[in-house]
Amino acid sequence: MSNSNFTRRGLLKTSAMAGGALAAPTLFDGSVWADGHSGYLNAPTGSTVTLGFNVPQSGPYADEGADELRAYELAVEHLNGGGDGGMMNTFSSKALQGNGILGKKVEFVTGDTQTKSDAARASAKSMIEKDGAIMITGGSSSGVAVAVQGLCQEAGVIFMAGLTHSNDTTGKDKKANGFRHFFNGYMSAAALAPVLEARYGSDRTAYHLTADYTWGWTQQESIQAATEAMGWKTANNVLTPLATTDFSSYVAPVLNSGADVLVLNHYGGNMVNSLTSAVQFGLREKQVNGKDFEIVVPLYSRLMAKGAGENVKGIFGSTNWHWSLTDEGSKAFVKSFGEKYGFPPSQAAHTCYVQTMLYADAAERAGTFNPCGIVEALEGFKFDGLGNGETEYRAEDHQCFKDVLVVKGKDNPTSEFDLLEIVEITPRAQVEYAVDHAMFAGGELGKCNPGA
Amino acid sequence: MLGLEKKDTSLLIIVAILTMCAPFILNPFPTGSAMAQFNAGYPDLMQRFVIFGIFAIGFNILFGLTGYLSFGHAAFLGVGSYSAVWMFKLLGYNILPGIVLSVITSGVFALLIGYISLRRSGIYFSILTLAFAQMSFALAYSVLTPLTNGETGLQVYNSDPQYFHSDALPNIPHLFGQEMQSTFKLELGAWSFDFNTGYYICALIMLVMFYLAIRIFRSPFGLMLKAIKTNQTRLNYTGLNPRPYTLAAFVISGMYAGLAGGLMASMDPLAGAERMQWTASGEVVLMTILGGAGTLIGPVLGAGFIKYFENIFSKINDTVLHQWFAFLPDGMEDFLIVIIHPFVGKGWHLTLGLLFMAIVIFLPGGLVEGGQKIAQKFRGSKAKDDTTATDSTPAE
Repeated sequence: MSNSNFTRRGLLKTSAMAGGALAAPTLFDGSVWADGHSGYLNAPTGSTVTLGFNVPQSGPYADEGADELRAYELAVEHLNGGGDGGMMNTFSSKALQGNGILGKKVEFVTGDTQTKSDAARASAKSMIEKDGAIMITGGSSSGVAVAVQGLCQEAGVIFMAGLTHSNDTTGKDKKANGFRHFFNGYMSAAALAPVLEARYGSDRTAYHLTADYTWGWTQQESIQAATEAMGWKTANNVLTPLATTDFSSYVAPVLNSGADVLVLNHYGGNMVNSLTSAVQFGLREKQVNGKDFEIVVPLYSRLMAKGAGENVKGIFGSTNWHWSLTDEGSKAFVKSFGEKYGFPPSQAAHTCYVQTMLYADAAERAGTFNPCGIVEALEGFKFDGLGNGETEYRAEDHQCFKDVLVVKGKDNPTSEFDLLEIVEITPRAQVEYAVDHAMFAGGELGKCNPGA
Repeated sequence: MLGLEKKDTSLLIIVAILTMCAPFILNPFPTGSAMAQFNAGYPDLMQRFVIFGIFAIGFNILFGLTGYLSFGHAAFLGVGSYSAVWMFKLLGYNILPGIVLSVITSGVFALLIGYISLRRSGIYFSILTLAFAQMSFALAYSVLTPLTNGETGLQVYNSDPQYFHSDALPNIPHLFGQEMQSTFKLELGAWSFDFNTGYYICALIMLVMFYLAIRIFRSPFGLMLKAIKTNQTRLNYTGLNPRPYTLAAFVISGMYAGLAGGLMASMDPLAGAERMQWTASGEVVLMTILGGAGTLIGPVLGAGFIKYFENIFSKINDTVLHQWFAFLPDGMEDFLIVIIHPFVGKGWHLTLGLLFMAIVIFLPGGLVEGGQKIAQKFRGSKAKDDTTATDSTPAE
């Protein structure tokens, strides 16, 4: 702690006295200092600023959560000038100096979302109310992201979504204080459909197993729409509870359904279990309608591929980012993450690191931590050098638009991390959609809320 | 006073003082000091203390008095929350209609479940209530998605009707314009205390509910419930039918749970299905036993104890531990952290489990018994026969 007696009360007193003495509002108006560090919730008064990292440390997405936390710690180290700076060196915006954010040292608090909306909100609330967090980030479930985003909007802090892939996060549940760097179900479908058509033809029947919550629903809807547009039929869509661990009763009926493609709208531990089940039932050796039976996992991650082991070979999916990318940003990030932890980062880690950097950069450019200033700085912000090529934060829905990777489980992995190979990098133009697209309609951003 | 005996009046006054001064009591450490980690006086947690206090008081009316162990009380909590959020969606953000409806729906729900479950007693009753609660959870989680929004949780959207909402009213839960989340911060030197509107509303409601519980405990009706717990067969032989009494107790405690659920939604307008899960039902059982089943103040203490662990211990991570032990030599520091690590952060369940075991083994009467023992120690031998001076007496 610093030695200065810089309390909020003292600050209020001083500013009141100063205001009274000067009595000339023009002198005080627009003062960078007054704008920068007062007039909004949890304005940092000391020499530090606190960020809240709210990640799943237990439950089906605990692996992702652990990796997210590693990325956050790395980001904080880089922001405070430690380590090799990682993607700060390749980032197209050069506002960050490595001296914290706006000269304040970055500190953080952590919490466990348990992948439950209630627990995640309680954890985020305690970060905001008790620890004075000025920004909340993280999460590996869209249900949680939507819940926490709503909370941050009400409370008046910025929410930088972690791994959330539901269309709703920046669709019907979008909020002015919330931002998502990760891609979404619609983009996955738009990127994946042409690849699937090229490999499996346009005369296929798909059977969907779908995680029963906002992410599963919207991803399934997106995939069904995209595949049906190229001529596929949909045999059935079965919803599975998020807490399911044994999928055999869901996989068994697939065999007799007449479908020849199984789409697993599952993530994390769910996907590992359902895919293993499907492979054990011998689906991949089956021939249906004279065609090889195929399995598709629309949202892929290295951690899941690792969990599912041999079973992922040759299975197609999409991903936000992969460590084998060779652009400068990705290389710098993989290097500093690898040096600190001894293995390459996952896509969850990547998006969380990038979100922290983007927040810090926005605060630096806006000259304030005021959520409304941050929103202004991030809306329509175009950047490069953070691993996904040229990217834009669309102002209308706070969704990042960038290229999407279509990947395949590698047939001959060379190491335990080398499990996915990039089949195609789908350009941004192909996955872009209108703000009022039917799958995203219904919500409105509202106004930014500074909380005070 | 208020139709209470002197002893109960003083208990009520003590509880009133404790809840009203909670912002001071729960924040004993200066902000910014290393011990601030253990401060619990922030609005969200204080609200949880009293809301779960209400939940546990209600549960104790059933379990503490009649001895019927319900393993499905979380269902009423969930039903209450959903009712309240629906009122926000339809009528507007004033919390009053939501709370009223949550008590009514959970009462009706409890009547339905109680009528069927109370045909059996003992373990069969527990299993029946558990089955009903899990059924409600499954319904809320997937089947009734249009009504409950499934896993995402029911929340209020700008596009909702909200007939009585106007632009002059705040866009968050409020009571006639008083925002639930508005907090007045009092800075006294290095200390900082939060006075939150929502907390005080919950605390006042809890005091009323606590008073009601005392009245029920001391009433002829309460005596009848205790008789059911002591020996139901004997009661049957005297020609009394216990079922109307148990059903009434079940409905009352269900309404308490519904009220707690409604308040939870009023403090944070989102209702998730998880709050109906069996773990949530088990939690209130733990709270009651930990604090002291059958005592008046016990369940409230138990609720506070568990919520404190859940929210404070779960947030101690390795970085915090390193700060604490930074003064030690490196080897010692790492060693201590390795030892403590499994018990804090996500391992808070482990610490709580150990404490729970210790309390059940050494203090079967819960925290209240612990308090009584300490009080006895202080008074020395003189107090041995003076049992009336203690906080409250167990029902059995």
